[in-house]
Amino acid sequence: MALQLESISKVAGRETHIYPMDLSLEAGTLNVLLGPTLSGKTSLMRLMAGLDKPTGGRVVWNGKDVTGTPVQRRNVAMVYQQFINYPSMTVYENIASPLRLQGLDKSTIDRKVHEIAELMKLDPMLTRKPLELSGGQQQRCALARALVKGADLVLLDEPLANLDYKLREELRVEIPRFFTESGSIFVYATTEPSEALLLGGNTAAMWEGRITQFGPTLEVYREPVSATTAQVFSDPPMNFVNVEKAGDRLLFGEGQSASASGDLLALPDDRYMAGFRPNHLSLNPLEGQVLKFNAEVTVAEITGSETFVHLQHADDAPWVALAHGVHELPIGQLAEVFVDVRNIYFFNAEEELVAAAAATKAA
Amino acid sequence: MAEIQLKQLAHSYLPHPAGPHDYALKRIDHVWEDGKAYALLGPSGCGKSTLLNIISGLLQPSEGQVCFDAQDVTNLPTEQRRIAQVFQFPVVYDTMSVYDNLAFPLRNHGHAEGVVRERVLKIAEMLDLSAVLKQKARGLTADAKQTISLGRGLVRESVAAILFDEPLTVIDPHLKHTLRMQLKRLHQQFNHTMIYVTHDQTEALSFADRVVVMYDGDVVQMGSPQELFERPAHTFVGYFIGSPGMNVLDARVEGNRAYVDGRTIPLAQGYDAIAGEKVEIGVRPEFVRLVRKEDAGESGLPVTVKRIEDIGRFKIARTEFFGRELNVVIPEGTAVSDHANRVLFDARHVNVYADGWIVEGEAA
Repeated sequence: MALQLESISKVAGRETHIYPMDLSLEAGTLNVLLGPTLSGKTSLMRLMAGLDKPTGGRVVWNGKDVTGTPVQRRNVAMVYQQFINYPSMTVYENIASPLRLQGLDKSTIDRKVHEIAELMKLDPMLTRKPLELSGGQQQRCALARALVKGADLVLLDEPLANLDYKLREELRVEIPRFFTESGSIFVYATTEPSEALLLGGNTAAMWEGRITQFGPTLEVYREPVSATTAQVFSDPPMNFVNVEKAGDRLLFGEGQSASASGDLLALPDDRYMAGFRPNHLSLNPLEGQVLKFNAEVTVAEITGSETFVHLQHADDAPWVALAHGVHELPIGQLAEVFVDVRNIYFFNAEEELVAAAAATKAA
Repeated sequence: MAEIQLKQLAHSYLPHPAGPHDYALKRIDHVWEDGKAYALLGPSGCGKSTLLNIISGLLQPSEGQVCFDAQDVTNLPTEQRRIAQVFQFPVVYDTMSVYDNLAFPLRNHGHAEGVVRERVLKIAEMLDLSAVLKQKARGLTADAKQTISLGRGLVRESVAAILFDEPLTVIDPHLKHTLRMQLKRLHQQFNHTMIYVTHDQTEALSFADRVVVMYDGDVVQMGSPQELFERPAHTFVGYFIGSPGMNVLDARVEGNRAYVDGRTIPLAQGYDAIAGEKVEIGVRPEFVRLVRKEDAGESGLPVTVKRIEDIGRFKIARTEFFGRELNVVIPEGTAVSDHANRVLFDARHVNVYADGWIVEGEAA
């Protein structure tokens, strides 16, 4: 089983929602669509499901063109951020309804309903009506109904966005296990990088109607092909600083420089953009080849185990350092911050990756 | 600005509550100090919204009093309480300019245009809205509109408190950081009393000086983010704060030793006989190390590693210790052997609980 999108595009009026793209998804895989609001995640899902017709291109299912096949004739389940249940039916009947439509026997239905209810922690409330449940429980009920029917393609559009933090955390652990057992193709849209990392599988980074990169989730995270992907996949955002390559030296300003080695040495002398993630910007001196910058503290947010330190460095876009432990830093304080050159990504003027962080390759 | 005091406050949505389980809010005595930033954190249904609605005056408590600077306001309607509110969804007038939106609460309270102008320009500058002041609110993005809502909450100088009800729900993760940061800055500069309701631990911990954790109608702990992280007063706090939450194991505790399934775990403090039916120890995944048997020494607990999740910034090892789930956080850059099958607890961070509540030991 496989789903292929070939040069698929969607234009509505004068607005392009999806620029022509190719994407191939295999059976038994979990695929995350990661991008900010309006990056095209929902539009793309609706094309996959057959809810919308593409402006151009084809949708191919197991080698068969299904572009014109309506959603009712495809074995697809889709779950939205706002869930829908049948208010007059019990939770049990809500979950069982797609199975009854499939004409399964009573004992099979009973087994499947209980399995999924246990996964979704709904087993104590199977005899209740949806409106007697909390918002989170209602959403889990709708999620259970979508998952129970064993669709070939399950599309989940930010399904946990309205749930409590802790519940989201638990379901993020449980859901991937369910995915791998079912053999279906799962597509999961989210705006949160941490959610993509917790789910694993593959990730398509999306930005303004385009897929900027698709591959195994950790690979996309560790080796973003462009500054755009890096930004989509960093929370808090990646920090950037200008760098000039001259011969075998990398000049970062403020008298900070490093020797260029590996891929970097082969680059033409020019100006580049250096990017590094907040967890690699340190408040303490580091070992190795390290750059030291002077920045001003905008505000420090303490989470108990870590501190987000927001910084202003020269005229760059704001920086964030994510430091272990508790650091009380008053607004306006000048701070020395450090970054290991091995954790820096280099991008050219077109914002394409020219050298991934050396530490990534070693890992 | 004001100090807000809750006296013997309780609330039931039922006309004749029969017992504690009929109360959405159980008895609370609490002082919100003037000028501090508080977060009210808990899962849905814990009573945090009920409490916020009582403070704002949307709801009359069935028992007890609410006082602003010692004045009883329990029976005063919202508009007479000098509070500003920011809700989950932006409240802006689409047809008005951003300037007029920000000016609205001030004009409503009869301030002169000179004062209005001064305040609006100042707030706009702090929230990066100066460039869009003349634009209509209609065409702006959700986060820009929510920024205006924040601005409207902050624009009046004479408010007793500003209440926030999950204000960042509709905001993209990238912009959440920016808005959260602006809010924190504004608090540090103006020292308004702020109360911020959320179920998101990151938002609560990063915003507040003091976090109030609620569970099932009760306040289970009030403390600084660091206290909640290092010394959760209740196993629920340990579970609710932190991702993954604290590991909790049934144990027997004698002196400065805990025993779990016949294994000995050293404790940093000594404990006398513990009163309580259920004794547990709690240790956060951040204070557990996963090592090989050879490197564990005598206090290593044997575990089976179920799987290791690499989530970029760190890894989470999901292990099993005699059938119990035990999580370990492995910092980035820390190597873990494929043969690692022992865990070590940092004794200073192993807490002891009796019937869910923390037990204070004595220095050993």
